[in-house]
Amino acid sequence: MKIKNRKTKETTFPWFGMDIGGTLVKLVYFEPKDITAEEEQEEVENLKSIRRYLTSNTAYGTTGIRDVHLELQDLTLCGRTGNLHFIRFPTHDLPAFLQMGRNKHFSSLHTTLCATGGGAFKFESDFLTMADLELHKLDELDCLVRGVLYIDSVMSSGPLECYYFENPTDPDQCAEKPYALENPYPLLLVNIGSGVSILAVYSENNYKRVTGTSLGGGTFLGLCCLLTGCSTFEEALEMASQGESTRVDKLVRDIYGGDYERFGLPGWAVASSFGNMMSKEKRESVSKEDLARATLVTITNNIGSITRMCALNENIERVVFVGNFLRVNTLSMKLLAYAMDYWSKGQLKALFLRHEGYFGAVGALLELLHPS
Amino acid sequence: MAECGRVDSNTSGHTMDKSITLPPDEIFRNLENAKRFAIDIGGSLTKLAYYSTVQHKVAKVRSFDHSTKVHDKLYEIAVQEEVTARLHFIKFENAYIETCLDFIKDHLVNTETKVIKATGGGAHKFKELIERKLGLKVDKEDEMTCLIKGCNFVLKNIPHEAFVYARHADSEFRFQTTNPDIFPYLLVNIGSGVSIVKVESEDKFERIGGSSIGGGTFWGLGALLTKTKRFDELLQLASKGQHSSVDMLVKDIYGGSYACLGLTGDLIASSFGKSATADKEFSKEDMAKSLLHMISNDIGQLACLYAKLHNLSRVYFGGFFIRGHPVTMHTITYSINFFTKGEVQALFLRHEGYLGAIGAFLKGAEEDNPNQYSWGENYAGSSGLMSVSPDMNPMQRARSGTFDMLEMDRLERQLVNLPLLQDASSYIPDTVDLTEDAQAREYWLYCFEEALDGVVKRAVASQPDIPEAAERAEKFRQKYRHKLQTLRHQPFAYGSLTVRSLLDTREHCLNEFNFPDPYSKIKERENDVALKYYQKAVKSLDELSWEDRQFAIVKGVLAGNVFDWGAKAVSEVLESNPEFGFEEAKRRLEVYPGSLLQGPPHRCALFFVDNSGVDIILGVMPFVRELLSRGTEVVLASNSGPALNDVTNSELQILTERIAAMDPVIKSALREDRLTLVQSGSSSPCLDLSRLDKVLAMVVRERQTDLVIIEGMGRAIHTNYYAMLSCESLKMAVIKNSWLADRLGGKLFSVVFKYEVPAGKAH
Repeated sequence: MKIKNRKTKETTFPWFGMDIGGTLVKLVYFEPKDITAEEEQEEVENLKSIRRYLTSNTAYGTTGIRDVHLELQDLTLCGRTGNLHFIRFPTHDLPAFLQMGRNKHFSSLHTTLCATGGGAFKFESDFLTMADLELHKLDELDCLVRGVLYIDSVMSSGPLECYYFENPTDPDQCAEKPYALENPYPLLLVNIGSGVSILAVYSENNYKRVTGTSLGGGTFLGLCCLLTGCSTFEEALEMASQGESTRVDKLVRDIYGGDYERFGLPGWAVASSFGNMMSKEKRESVSKEDLARATLVTITNNIGSITRMCALNENIERVVFVGNFLRVNTLSMKLLAYAMDYWSKGQLKALFLRHEGYFGAVGALLELLHPS
Repeated sequence: MAECGRVDSNTSGHTMDKSITLPPDEIFRNLENAKRFAIDIGGSLTKLAYYSTVQHKVAKVRSFDHSTKVHDKLYEIAVQEEVTARLHFIKFENAYIETCLDFIKDHLVNTETKVIKATGGGAHKFKELIERKLGLKVDKEDEMTCLIKGCNFVLKNIPHEAFVYARHADSEFRFQTTNPDIFPYLLVNIGSGVSIVKVESEDKFERIGGSSIGGGTFWGLGALLTKTKRFDELLQLASKGQHSSVDMLVKDIYGGSYACLGLTGDLIASSFGKSATADKEFSKEDMAKSLLHMISNDIGQLACLYAKLHNLSRVYFGGFFIRGHPVTMHTITYSINFFTKGEVQALFLRHEGYLGAIGAFLKGAEEDNPNQYSWGENYAGSSGLMSVSPDMNPMQRARSGTFDMLEMDRLERQLVNLPLLQDASSYIPDTVDLTEDAQAREYWLYCFEEALDGVVKRAVASQPDIPEAAERAEKFRQKYRHKLQTLRHQPFAYGSLTVRSLLDTREHCLNEFNFPDPYSKIKERENDVALKYYQKAVKSLDELSWEDRQFAIVKGVLAGNVFDWGAKAVSEVLESNPEFGFEEAKRRLEVYPGSLLQGPPHRCALFFVDNSGVDIILGVMPFVRELLSRGTEVVLASNSGPALNDVTNSELQILTERIAAMDPVIKSALREDRLTLVQSGSSSPCLDLSRLDKVLAMVVRERQTDLVIIEGMGRAIHTNYYAMLSCESLKMAVIKNSWLADRLGGKLFSVVFKYEVPAGKAH
């Protein structure tokens, strides 16, 4: 019944797109700013209440957050103008979210909730039983690709969505620069969430998942929690920013005294991640910050290596990194930019997008408005 | 991004252990003549290599000059000393280095040696100690170069070197057939980091990539997470853990599988994804397991990406992370299967731990040109592959203090493929793989153990004038019995277990204790008797009609083949009934084959012969004679060295001369070079057509050989029964073993007569 509704031009408000990942739930919400007086009158109380709740707060409960800096204002979507909001909360708080939906009588609005990510499948029955909501489930990679291409296209007017690091191999000269992602194909799209998926995108409707790795954002946080006792991504990143990974990792120069020239390996390259930790004395001399930093460097460089091999195998030169692992994580972004540039001798370019982790949710919203 | 190498030894401690549980002279053998030392010192194990010479007693036959004097014997058998080259490789724990160096110093007589080649991460650490103890200059060699050189050497020279690991299969190890073209391949060396090396030829290799996530990461991160210090203990922990309590699986995110991508629910979506919390405790075992999966999968994935990029399908894994650990071999195998969907198999090496030492040795021995010879693994002097699986071998944990050895003999002849193999890369000499066939293994091990008394008796009897022969024979018995026991528990110790390997091991052990040819006198006596019947036999054949003659000739070969001291059923008859004769044997044959040799004659026949005596003289020779009279050239291939009562090339030379003196057909054929004798390059009762004398291969090509005849159980049944040749072939044997006859669905003394014409090559 709801699906039929979507076929008409006017899709019923509220407009949501949701991406339920292994660690985080990402929610995008379109707030119409062009509501006519007539509409205002017809608008039911429940809908108003939801709009007010979402737009007047930047935090929800103890863990929900609205990324205000990502908000897209005066966006025209499906003939309507309004603001697009970006909200996230941990997946383990999904029950609280559902409870809230129940309290706010979300189901009375008879809207379709388009959801993607593994959680759309895993929690489908919870949505039904706890909040009386039926999900329209969508494939996460379809949504991701669609979301990336859409956001990039609408951002062409304002500050560019896409950017890269100039002079990635020179720490003093390294600077963020906007990048116009015109004629983006072919493109290697690396989504770093809890795990990592790597896609080769040839056109809007033609992409394939090349491979993936289980060493992703979840691994960084999981290992940091075990090694340092921290509990949040922000804490882990903060520690990492203060640590020194070379006390933990064994470098080429630790083994060869300098470069290993025969194989073109520079002395600063990591020979063995956590390699120094084989020694008891060194284990006792490292700090939590060092361990957090080494974990970050290990995971990031590994993603870099696998990405580079995929780019070579697929013969693609442009790589776009997305996913919430990169949120507020300039360290990793610079490392990736460096690794792509250095090991490919300048052949590969690492690109980043401002809306890092929200593309799946955006894709889900687009599916609501323009079913493919 | 990674070092190629090993772990520094600061974790294993420096305490020097003075006690060696085995007598050192059984470990460091043949030190008197040792030279060209090389040493590879890793994180916990030292590998020593040296070249030495071994004095062997060999039985040589020499023809008497029958024109001047009448001799009561056919030919002279002289036992001579012969010197052969042998490579020794010994692996022991670093703790024994000092004791070992002392022992070597005390026993090293050769003063020519000035340098010792060294490689491995620990080489610099022990440099001073080695120079002081041995008085040799330590000459360091690049680790990766040594590794690759060693790898090429074992792949070329040791059959069944590479294997696929399958933990839950009937046989843990599945050995690969030896392919003469070993290049190109990928070597993934997992030390503390990972190096991925593409090897294109003997001298051309390139490090195409690597990863910093390797053995050091498992060890270092594992030690931090579990407070467990030792690498082995970490592996133990991992083998007991459940990774699903730490890892976030696809089903944890999806509730089930991610079907449209074909990702199953049990697949790891995020390693350590569930430990991102401060309020839960995780068991050491579970964390270690999760870490092992994470690292193995990551290495496997990168290896596959590199293999794909460089279009390589042979990927060998080595390094201390792998080194015989079933746990890591299993996880790496799993990972490679997953990422390549089974297209690429993870390969491991039996002598992986020795590669660096072998390579360093070869660097130092370049002037001896070791690569221009063929080498063979000496089963008597080598320890063989041990299972370190705790379930399979609980004693393995207490392995410290033991020494592992590999000995390789330089073969007199360079060995190559028979050019007439249909497909050399898929040729498997052995008919039954006893590693996989438990019932057959049980029988043959029992059979060889049963036969041991007889072999010992025969060995002693072959040296009646030497008083200490009995003592040596007893040592032989112990050694071979011990080998059989090892093989009972670890059938994969020397590659696939086969009847051939059991026979070869026995020959190696006999040689080890200076019983070079226990059957020499029996062979001589039987040759002598058979020669006396030759003319009569030929005459009676010549009197037959053409058709009857063909029939009788084939029957004669088969009847002759009954005379075999290697077969238990026959040796019992021969022992108890000395009157048992050729005619009797013919009567015993159960089935008579049809006639052969119709159609136009062949250009050249290659005949692999079997036993001395009646077999060669009254069975094979009349057949050869018939072939020659049809205009077919004949190449007779016999063993280079003795094995059981098989006729050797030097014996056959004499026998042929004697026959030529009686038979003008043979005489003219020899003179006109239409009958040629070549040696096979082998000293085995079996036949490996992929390791044959280079000269034989040359002759076969030159003469455009178009018929191959293989005779006897060892050569045509235990081996080569399924061998596919590119020309016509005939495999003939009499089944002289009742168990085997049962297995093949026949009776004792049934005949196998297998005549094959390759498709499209009708004669």
